[in-house]
Amino acid sequence: MSDFQRRRGAVGYLLLIPAALWLVLFFVVPFYSLLATSLYDPSGSDFRGYQMTYEWSNYTHALQDYWQPLVRSLIYGGVATLLCLLLGYVLAYAIAFKAGRWKNLLLVLVIAPFFTSFLVRTLSWKLILADDGIVVNTLQAVHLLGPDGRLLATPVAVIAGLTYNFLPFMVLPLFASIDKIDHRLIEASGDLYANPVVGFFKVTWPLSLPGVVSGTLLTFIPAVGDFINAQLLGSPNQRMVGSVIQSLFTDANDYPAAAALSMILMVLIVAMVLVYIRRAGTEELL
Amino acid sequence: MTGRWIRDHLVLMLGLLVLAYTFIPIAVVVLMSFNAPQSRLIYRFDGFTMHNWLNPCEDPSMCQALGRSIEIGLAATIVATILGTLAAFALVRHDFAGRSASNLLIFLPMASPEIVMGSSLLALFVASGLGGQLGFWTILVAHIMFCLSFVVVTVRARLAGLDDNLEQAAMDLYATPSQTFWRVTFPLVFPGILGAALLSFSLSFDDFIITNLNAGNTTTFPMYVWGVAQRGVPMQVNVVGTVMFLISIAIVLAGELRNRQRAKGLTAPTVAEDLAVQRAS
Repeated sequence: MSDFQRRRGAVGYLLLIPAALWLVLFFVVPFYSLLATSLYDPSGSDFRGYQMTYEWSNYTHALQDYWQPLVRSLIYGGVATLLCLLLGYVLAYAIAFKAGRWKNLLLVLVIAPFFTSFLVRTLSWKLILADDGIVVNTLQAVHLLGPDGRLLATPVAVIAGLTYNFLPFMVLPLFASIDKIDHRLIEASGDLYANPVVGFFKVTWPLSLPGVVSGTLLTFIPAVGDFINAQLLGSPNQRMVGSVIQSLFTDANDYPAAAALSMILMVLIVAMVLVYIRRAGTEELL
Repeated sequence: MTGRWIRDHLVLMLGLLVLAYTFIPIAVVVLMSFNAPQSRLIYRFDGFTMHNWLNPCEDPSMCQALGRSIEIGLAATIVATILGTLAAFALVRHDFAGRSASNLLIFLPMASPEIVMGSSLLALFVASGLGGQLGFWTILVAHIMFCLSFVVVTVRARLAGLDDNLEQAAMDLYATPSQTFWRVTFPLVFPGILGAALLSFSLSFDDFIITNLNAGNTTTFPMYVWGVAQRGVPMQVNVVGTVMFLISIAIVLAGELRNRQRAKGLTAPTVAEDLAVQRAS
């Protein structure tokens, strides 16, 4: 932090207010609308309008009808986050400690692919994982996949897509954390006869925890809500909760159910994040 | 000794492998931009052609959607960058009641799933009687909202990392506060602002989930791709993907080059470093 003297007075408010107002109007207030919508009488419609009847049963109905995509989303998001952590840690560690003067360039290369359209990128995974594509053929040749086995329209393809698309959200915070680690601490552990593996788990890993926590959150949250990968790479059997919510809104026009499901997703994620941050002992990240 | 050598180089090799993996789909996008497909329904490489590059707007609705995305992206970037930069200055340089609440308000949109933000906004628009008027303006409002936080965090990280000795020196040399700001502070913060603007544009240009819920009959480029993904993708989509990739590489490399040139003097972190810092903070 800069130790520049912070100025008191009205100017601070004036600078902040436009942005804060925008966020309050279009981020905070909408949550109230979402909550209200989730309690409307479900027999209403766009045209006739909705009655506010405090219909808490919207929630139980949404859970009953859509618990499967909900649980599936949490599982896919969780697995993708773990894979991102594994890949992202290797990459961030290599850039921070092993890249030397190429550090900046490599960091740039990490984000460069992700400036290409998300959907176009995901479509190209469809080609890579296609039934007669190189990946499937190779896996079949080594009998990891049966002769009729496929990857598209399976959870594998969806999780692979999620892992790929959210990798930079993992790598960047990890890098920022690992890059700050004092190299002498790791050398000291070696001097004190810790083997590299012990040294890693006792020194490097704990010091990189802030990056691990913010990286996993920044990956998990969008991955759970995503449905582009499930839609383009999966089949209806891999449908994720985001897809259900959006089609309840736009196709079925069942606003109360959609809003209730959306609230459930939000509450679940907030609860999981809070527990996670507490357990990791990194409350100061908030 | 060999163990140490392996450890040193293995990690680098593995890291480079992961990096190579992130480029595989890009290679496919570039390849497919030269594809001459035999059928619209089968998505595979059938033969080489320049046709897609020479006729990018063969499907006029794609270019229309592209234009719409660029318009929205530019407008959202301008508004979000201005509002976000002001807020970043407020948070780093000014002291007022409610600072930590403001920080939380800025953090939350980045930690909310898009589907939830999108559906909340839709609920708000419908509740305020705008359900029939979804389109350009509702998309713009939404995009400014989710870009704002990223701008604030990026500029804030840049501002917080500034060495204020330079500003102190300017003041010592009798620069007025406004001279200090425009000659010293602003140029030093500018790379952060530029990085924030680029990030905003790419977030806005790329957004599908929030946009789709609040778009009405307007179609943006990601919505166009989503639509054609079900009924056969024109290869021109890959031309757009390739061009986007080339532009972003060019921008980032230009920044990198500039930094190398002035590396002897003040070292200005690159866009990528700013992004890395803001992600972590």
